[in-house]
Amino acid sequence: MEKKNIYSDEKLLKKLLEDKDITIEDALENEMVINMGPQHPATHGVLRLVLRLDGETVLGVIPELGYLHRGYEKMAEEMTYIEYIPHTDRLDYTATMCNNVAYVLAVEKLLGIEAPKRAQYIRMMVAELSRIAAHMVAIGTYAMDVGAVTMVMWTFREREKIQNIFDRLAGARFTTSYTRIGGVANDADDVTLKMVRDFLDQHHSALDEMDKLLLKNKIFINRLEGVGILPKDEAISLGVTGPNLRASGVEYDVRRAKPYLFYNEIDFDIPTQTEGDCLARYYQRGEEVRESVKILYQILDKMPQGEVLANVPKHVLPHKTEIYTKMEELIHDFMLINYGINPPVGDVFFSAENPKGELGFYIVSNGTGHPWKLKIRSPSFCNLQALPVVCKGAMISDVIAIIGSLDPVMGEADK
Amino acid sequence: MGLEAKLNKDGFITTTLDAIIAWARKSSVWPMPMGISCCAIELIAAADPKYDLARFGSEVMRFTPRQCDLMIVAGTVTYKMAQVVRRIYDQMPEPKWVIAMGACTSSGGMYRSYNVVQGIDQFLPVDVYTAGCPPRPENLINAVMTIQQKIAKTKARDFQDKPLLENIDK
Amino acid sequence: MGFKELIIQKVKEQFDNSIEEIKEFRGDLSITIKKEKIVELAKLLKEDNDLHFETCIDVTAIDWATRKNRFTVVYHVYSYKNNFTLRIKANIDDNPPQIESVTSVWKSANWYERETYDMYGIIFINHPDLRRIYMPEGFEYHPLRKDFPVLGIPGSLPLPDKID
Repeated sequence: MEKKNIYSDEKLLKKLLEDKDITIEDALENEMVINMGPQHPATHGVLRLVLRLDGETVLGVIPELGYLHRGYEKMAEEMTYIEYIPHTDRLDYTATMCNNVAYVLAVEKLLGIEAPKRAQYIRMMVAELSRIAAHMVAIGTYAMDVGAVTMVMWTFREREKIQNIFDRLAGARFTTSYTRIGGVANDADDVTLKMVRDFLDQHHSALDEMDKLLLKNKIFINRLEGVGILPKDEAISLGVTGPNLRASGVEYDVRRAKPYLFYNEIDFDIPTQTEGDCLARYYQRGEEVRESVKILYQILDKMPQGEVLANVPKHVLPHKTEIYTKMEELIHDFMLINYGINPPVGDVFFSAENPKGELGFYIVSNGTGHPWKLKIRSPSFCNLQALPVVCKGAMISDVIAIIGSLDPVMGEADK
Repeated sequence: MGLEAKLNKDGFITTTLDAIIAWARKSSVWPMPMGISCCAIELIAAADPKYDLARFGSEVMRFTPRQCDLMIVAGTVTYKMAQVVRRIYDQMPEPKWVIAMGACTSSGGMYRSYNVVQGIDQFLPVDVYTAGCPPRPENLINAVMTIQQKIAKTKARDFQDKPLLENIDK
Repeated sequence: MGFKELIIQKVKEQFDNSIEEIKEFRGDLSITIKKEKIVELAKLLKEDNDLHFETCIDVTAIDWATRKNRFTVVYHVYSYKNNFTLRIKANIDDNPPQIESVTSVWKSANWYERETYDMYGIIFINHPDLRRIYMPEGFEYHPLRKDFPVLGIPGSLPLPDKID
């Protein structure tokens, strides 16, 4: 059987040979539309970009999301508040404890209860450790995208030490689901606190080592300086939050503006930079890690003694040891697991400071054990809105540096 | 080390061609990380200094499918992304193997919703499934070692391009 | 007087008969207003010198499923100068669900309104680029409505063929 190809199709061949008018000038005068697809080593997840180029200069960028849309908000309407805690782990999967803490605080705001003081301090400690871990991933993969491949090995070595601590504290190294409504799941014993202190003592020298490698390197600075400038008023009007906003000069941190947990008892600064370019965003994350180490030393010194679960039987699960022996606790446990905690009718909005920005939960409750609606205000979704504005006029290799500096996490942006 | 001792003693070894080709293929498996969501972070952690994956032959993780022979699908696959994963699988040259990393790729995981494919074996042939959410890096290394054992049993003639061989004399 | 009372006073001055409800719950203030006046309220909140609400941090919708006004569109706005988050709600009915877009006032509401259109089917008039953001282009349903099942409708999304 004769195979049909381009050389056997008479009409097509004739048309191709006749078209003598295409020259190299035609190709250079028109614009190119290029797809930077969902599978790409440097887009930090499944993000698709459609770029319009004039030679190598970018004229416009259209991001396309939805490749990781798992239906979080729809699933929340079918399950109880307690069942949803493991799902919040997988939102910003580089800083898992921070998401747990933010969700549980939102539900506690709706119920109007408060966890005991030791539980709040433990939550602060794991949130700050998660912040260091998330910035390690951000710095490491960003340097790898720009060309310095050693950084990813060094930062992941530090991250492994933090994950060892989580392994001992919560039972899992990565997706922990550690917090509960009314407190935390397990208590932190002395061995764990000593592990945290040992980690902090050697972390400063590791950070100094990493800074010596990159911060004064001429190639790195030339690649990133002046690229992707986000001016201050654009950042405010586009709704960008987190380190990206602070690197453009706005001194806004949710831990200082609307203090939650016990951040009003801890003494820390809010570092800012003024230029708003990629290099400033890189410096910003390094400074925030140093601030987190300072906060952690104070938390370890001020940690109070006490219990870790609140004693509010209608809303909080009782202790596991008491369920097996006492009748009332057994009944409460059964009702809470099967019919849910008993929230009042109403709606609340609570936001916490995540490493990527301001994570907010908007919960609408109609009195039953399932939420009527749960909306997740994810910081990466809002930060990606600034991408078309920042990339205008940059070169195509600068687009990679800009995405890395904005640091989106698609698990959160696509929900 | 049997090989070097034998070479020093006799100066030659005898073996079958299948065994040599299978040994070469299994000692240099280059993975293509299809890192989609949370499992991708554990995939990078399997390549970091603590759980080094490079000592098993996976020295480089090339992100282009044309140069790899093992695809590690790490993360939840949605309907929109399934088209992309399938296209990349088709671009890989033979012989190729697939590891389904984590619960989301094996069976849909904890997401029973309208946009998540309940297991990638609905459109890809999978060789090894890995359990965990996410699986520990040691679990992933175990999966790569299982693939190596599977490759050691293959025969080179199973991967030949039969239509090409039949037309070669015409 | 506190900042909450200042907001309530200024809003009541200009929109007294369009306000449906003002409520405080667990420290959050929320104002419910008729849907025709939403852009004017947005302009007042942004341009007034004392109020100064520069950013819109979230736009979403609630589906009540059996009420006469089926949807409620909810906006969260934040003021950096006064450090306050305000919630604005507007009830709309189902035939067809549409409301004026606030992207002319707050630029950040662009993608949030696209997401609300994708998930609920609410049309925002005068939006610069209203198309789906999460679901693929040809998808016919709106997932977060209460009549769409969690498991999805089989056959609504295409899947590649199985290899033998």
